[in-house]
Amino acid sequence: MTDRPEFLRKVYFRLPAIGIFVGGLIVWEGMVRIFDIKGFILPAPTAIAATFATETSDLLAAGAGTFSTALAGLLLGGFLAVFTALAAARWRFVRDGALPFAIAANSTPIVVLAPIANSWFGLRSPLGSIFVVAILVFFPVMINLVRGLLSVEASEIELMESYAAGRLATLWKLQFPHATPYLFSALKVAAALSLIGAIVKEFFGGSQERLGQYITTKAGLLQFEEAWAAIVLASLFGIALYNIVVLIERRVIPWHVSVRSA
Amino acid sequence: MSALALRGVGKVFNPGSDQEVRAVHGVDLSAERGEFISVIGPSGCGKSTLLRLIGDLTPPSSGTVLVNGKTPARARLDRDYGMVFQSATLLEWRRVQANVELPLEIMGMDAAERSRQAAAMLELVQLDRFANHYPWQLSGGMQQRVAIARALAFKPSILLMDEPFGALDEMTRERMQSELLRIRAETGTTVVFVTHSIPEAVFLSTRVVIMSPRPGTITEVVDIDLPEPRSDDTREDQRFFELLTDVREGLRAVEDS
Ligand SMILES: Nc1ncnc2c1ncn2[C@@H]1O[C@H](COP(=O)(O)OP(=O)(O)OP(=O)(O)O)[C@@H](O)[C@H]1O
Ligand SMILES: [Mg+2]
Repeated sequence: MTDRPEFLRKVYFRLPAIGIFVGGLIVWEGMVRIFDIKGFILPAPTAIAATFATETSDLLAAGAGTFSTALAGLLLGGFLAVFTALAAARWRFVRDGALPFAIAANSTPIVVLAPIANSWFGLRSPLGSIFVVAILVFFPVMINLVRGLLSVEASEIELMESYAAGRLATLWKLQFPHATPYLFSALKVAAALSLIGAIVKEFFGGSQERLGQYITTKAGLLQFEEAWAAIVLASLFGIALYNIVVLIERRVIPWHVSVRSA
Repeated sequence: MSALALRGVGKVFNPGSDQEVRAVHGVDLSAERGEFISVIGPSGCGKSTLLRLIGDLTPPSSGTVLVNGKTPARARLDRDYGMVFQSATLLEWRRVQANVELPLEIMGMDAAERSRQAAAMLELVQLDRFANHYPWQLSGGMQQRVAIARALAFKPSILLMDEPFGALDEMTRERMQSELLRIRAETGTTVVFVTHSIPEAVFLSTRVVIMSPRPGTITEVVDIDLPEPRSDDTREDQRFFELLTDVREGLRAVEDS
């Protein structure tokens, strides 16, 4: 049912959020004007919006570069994490051998690898960024997925055993579907991480057509409206990437409590 | 060769600790192919444990279990068992039809045959209209019927059922009982059936096994010599009421001891 009342109902429930957003922008604009806040501290929203119009092509080029790097790293790290997690669930020695290090690695600020990546892959290669993002994404996704794969109910395992199902059948027909909600909640976190990783890596050099370089360069030139426009763009890309994961999640696990509609 | 042969079977949980439980103790029981054995007894007397021992879900602490002349492990690998647990244990990401197809999939049946078979089973439990629903969209009793359809779908040679009709209303329950008897007559399946209902045990069984708790052991076996095939008339039979009394007295003796 896509009738009008349904649409209006959705708008109605969004009203508080829309109100806060618009109100926040007005307060921001007002503060900047009333207290005459300087652009290098905080430019007004209208000034940032105006910059979007004048700098469109540069911003979009930088944004597209960063976004595609983050996406490539997310996909690479995600796939590696899924394969490793499946192996860890299947073979005890992989689990016992790899998991302690994975958990340790997951509690370290992996993004500190960013400046090192340049000396491994070269300053201008996109591989360095993809590498940093992939590592950043790998650990939380892998650990969460392993947790999901191993958290099936004993009674469900017994059901599979009663059919004399092999280890692979149990993994594929029971453990993996059971773990998909864990996978998606990790991927939602990873989506945000991937943009953080890409941009922080870009702070340390590389192509000018990247948001990280764009922001540091413009800030260095005291062009703060431009820097802020790039920051806003980075936020929008982050939200977009998160929502892409949510859309895929809705399609893949329509049965799950977090997704099911009444 | 008997379908089931238990000799001195016992199960002790947490032996040697202060949580030691002698869940099953010194159980001797055998059943011919096609027999219908009901197990009845107070809560915690080891009925589920006995079923799990037969079904190779837990190893015995003592004694031997033979199923179709084989060890339970062998019988399980040969896919002799169909099991219905106390809870439905449906996979929440599979629709009803796919849940019933699960064992058939694992056994490598081709898709068309699988779907035909599962549809037939769903018709049997009168849930064909719900084939495309998810388990959480069904009531508890409906979920249990799906679990029964799933256990029957691959025509196992021995059915282990743990209070399968516990969540059903009286009318559905009686209909499911008749269906179960019909399927058993058709397939010659041996059934071991745990229940708390005396009429259910008497109506379905060739023998009713009465168990007592701590340690869980068989105190009495009541032979049910009701005429075959059983029908709704059986429930009105004079002999039916006599047997109800026999089983009730057997249970009362357990409670009093
Ligand atoms: N995995 C286990 N670990 C320890 N003790 C157990 C375990 N399973 C069962 N028991 C104990 O064994 C005894 C028998 O349990 P069981 O589940 O077989 O009873 P039951 O006859 O099926 O009861 P109910 O009618 O309530 O289902 C109980 O005292 C229970 O606490
Ligand atoms: Mg029980």
